Amino acid sequence: MSNIEVSSLQKAYGSLRAVDGISFSVRDGEVFSLLGPNGAGKTTTIEILEGLRERDAGEVRVLGLDPWKQGYELHKKIGVIPQGFKFVDYATPKEAINYYAALFGVKADADAILKRVILEDSADVYFSKLSGGQKQKVGLALSLVNDPQLVFLDEPTTGLDPQARRAVWEVIRTLKSEDRSVLLTTHYLDEAEELADGVAIMNHGKIIASGTPAEIIAQHGSGKQGESLEDVFVKLVGEDAVTADQSAAAKGPGRR
Amino acid sequence: MVSVRRIRADLTVFGRGYVRARIGLFFSLIFPIILILLFGAIFSNAGSSTVPIYIQNNDNNSPASLGFITALNSTNAMAITIVSPDVNFSQYLASHSGTTGIVIPSGFQADISAKPPVPVSVTIYGNPTSSVFGAVVGVTNAVVSGFNLKIANASAIVGTQQVSVASKTYKYIDYLVPGLIGFSVLTSPMFALVNISSQYKRDKIFKQLSLTPLTKTEWLISKITWYVVLTFVSFFLMTGAGTLFFGAHITYTVGVIPFLFLGPFLFVSLGMLVGTVSKSVESAAVVGNLITFPMMFLSGTFFPVSSMPDYLQTLAHVLPLFYVIDGLNNVMLYGNYSSALTDIGVLIVLSVVVFGLAVRFFKWRED
Ligand SMILES: Nc1ncnc2c1ncn2[C@@H]1O[C@H](COP(=O)(O)OP(=O)(O)OP(=O)(O)O)[C@@H](O)[C@H]1O
Ligand SMILES: [Mg+2]
Repeated sequence: MSNIEVSSLQKAYGSLRAVDGISFSVRDGEVFSLLGPNGAGKTTTIEILEGLRERDAGEVRVLGLDPWKQGYELHKKIGVIPQGFKFVDYATPKEAINYYAALFGVKADADAILKRVILEDSADVYFSKLSGGQKQKVGLALSLVNDPQLVFLDEPTTGLDPQARRAVWEVIRTLKSEDRSVLLTTHYLDEAEELADGVAIMNHGKIIASGTPAEIIAQHGSGKQGESLEDVFVKLVGEDAVTADQSAAAKGPGRR
Repeated sequence: MVSVRRIRADLTVFGRGYVRARIGLFFSLIFPIILILLFGAIFSNAGSSTVPIYIQNNDNNSPASLGFITALNSTNAMAITIVSPDVNFSQYLASHSGTTGIVIPSGFQADISAKPPVPVSVTIYGNPTSSVFGAVVGVTNAVVSGFNLKIANASAIVGTQQVSVASKTYKYIDYLVPGLIGFSVLTSPMFALVNISSQYKRDKIFKQLSLTPLTKTEWLISKITWYVVLTFVSFFLMTGAGTLFFGAHITYTVGVIPFLFLGPFLFVSLGMLVGTVSKSVESAAVVGNLITFPMMFLSGTFFPVSSMPDYLQTLAHVLPLFYVIDGLNNVMLYGNYSSALTDIGVLIVLSVVVFGLAVRFFKWRED
C-alpha cells in the first residue's frame, strides 16, 4: 500500500508555476527523497502533502486522506519539520515536547526524545538561545512526539554539524526500521544516496528524473565508474537549464 | 470541540514565556501604576474648580474695597492674586499669562458711602468667549448685588440654597482610575496580539501549530484567558495605587467583573484580527496604532468624555473602549447599574462579532 499518492499535482503562485504536474508515490516504510535546486518546488509540494497549502489541480492522497480537507485527521498521524523551523522564544526544548504531547494527548518521554536527537545537553535552554542546528533538532524532536506513521522532513540537516547530521540519519533509519515512511528533502546528495529508497529530482516544478539512486545513476549518468548521485544531479539540472534556454531562445530574443 | 487540556497546555507555554520575557509584564502591570502616579500627581490639585484671578485695588486699600475682595474670596470660586496699583493692569495680565482680572476704581469707598451714593463700577477684564469669564462675571455680580442690598439697607427676598447632586464630590483621580484601567485593558492585549499574531505568521509558528490538534479557537481562548487574569491583577494594583497615594474613592463591586472580562476578550480578538489580516509585522503595527491611538485618547481614559466637545463625544460613542470606561465609571463611581447594563450589552455584541471575525480571518495554514 502507498502512504503517499500524488498524480498530476499543480500549484501556481500568480503566473509562477511552482509545481507543474508532478506524480509519484511513497510506499509504507520507504524513505523517499525529493531533490532539486533552490526554488524547484520541493517545499511547495511538501506543504501541499501536509495540508498546509491548497493545490490548484491534481490528485493527492496521504495515508488515504485528502490533506487539505481532512487535515485535522491527518495531522494526528504525521510528523513534520518545516523548512527553517522556529518556535516561541521563551520555551525550552523539554517544555516544547511536553506542550506537543499535551496537545496531541499522548504520553511522551521528553528525555528519551531529546537523547534521540542529541539535544539532551540543551534540554533546558530557551529556544531563542539555541544555535541554528539545535533549533533544527527541536523541530525533529517535535515531529516525533505523536508517534507518526509518516514523517515529512524539509531540509532537516541544513546547518547541522557532521555529528548532528549523522544523528538525524540515525533517526531516519530507525523510523524506517519501524516501518514508518519518510519524505525527505535535502541539498546533500550523499545523504539522499545513503538513506533514500526512492528519489525524485525536481526542477522548475517538474520531475526530471526518478527511481532508486542506482537507477538514476545508471539511466542518466555518463557511464563512468564511481559516478555519484551528485555528479548526475549536476549534469541533469545543467542540461535542463540548457533546454530551457533553447526553448526561451526559440520564442525570440529578449524573452529571458 | 474545544479541549480544556489543550487550552491549558497552550496557556502554560504562553504564560511562562510572557513572564520570562518580562517586557509584557512591565507594560501590563507596572506601566499602568506609573501612569496613575504620573497623572495623579499632575492633576491632584485640579480637583477644586477655582478660577485664577488677578485683582488690582486702586482705592488705597479702603475698608470698603478690602471688604469687596474678602467677599469675592469667600465665594471660594476664585484663587485671587492681588496686583499692585502702580502697574498697567492689561500689560500685567498679558505678561503673567492671566486671562481674567478685576479692577476696583479709586474713590470706590467714597462713592458708595456718599449720601446719596454715587454709582460706581468695578471693571472685569477677560475673554468673553471663555467659559471661565462667565463664571467670573457671575460671581462678581453676585457680590456686587450683595453690596447694593447692603447700601440700600435692604435684605434679599429670593435666596438660594445649595443641594449637592452627587452624594460625594468626585476628584480628578476618581475618573482617572477607571479611565486608566480602561487604558490598560486596551493597550496591553492590543499591542501584544498585533505583534504576536504577525510575528507567528512570519515565523510560520501558526503553520506549525496547525499541524497539531490545537484549534484556532483554543489558541485564542488561551490568550484571552491570560489577559483576563492580567487585567484582574492590574485592576487591584491600579485601584490600590490610586487609593493609597491620592485617596481615590473606589467602590469595589462585582459590577466591575463583566468589564474586566469583556474588555480583554474584545481587545485580544481585535489585536488578533489586525495582526492576521496584515501582510507584514510592520504593517500590522501601523494598522494597530491607527486603531489604538484614537481610542486611547478619546474614550475617556484621561478626561471624562462629558468634558469633550460634542462632535468628539459622538465619535467616542463608536469607540469600543468608551463602553469599557463608561461602564467602569457607572459601576465604580455613580452606581448607575442600568447604564452599565447597556455598556455590557454593547460590549457583548462587539466581543462576539470581533472574536468571530478573528477566528474566521485568522489563517493557520496558507498565507
Ligand atoms: N508563498 C509564496 N508566494 C509566492 N511565491 C512563492 C511562495 N512560496 C514559494 N514561492 C515560489 O515558488 C517557487 C518554489 O518554491 P519552493 O519553496 O517550493 O522551492 P524549494 O524547492 O523548496 O526551494 P529551496 O531548496 O530553496 O527550499 C520559488 O520560485 C518561490 O519563489
Ligand atoms: Mg524548500
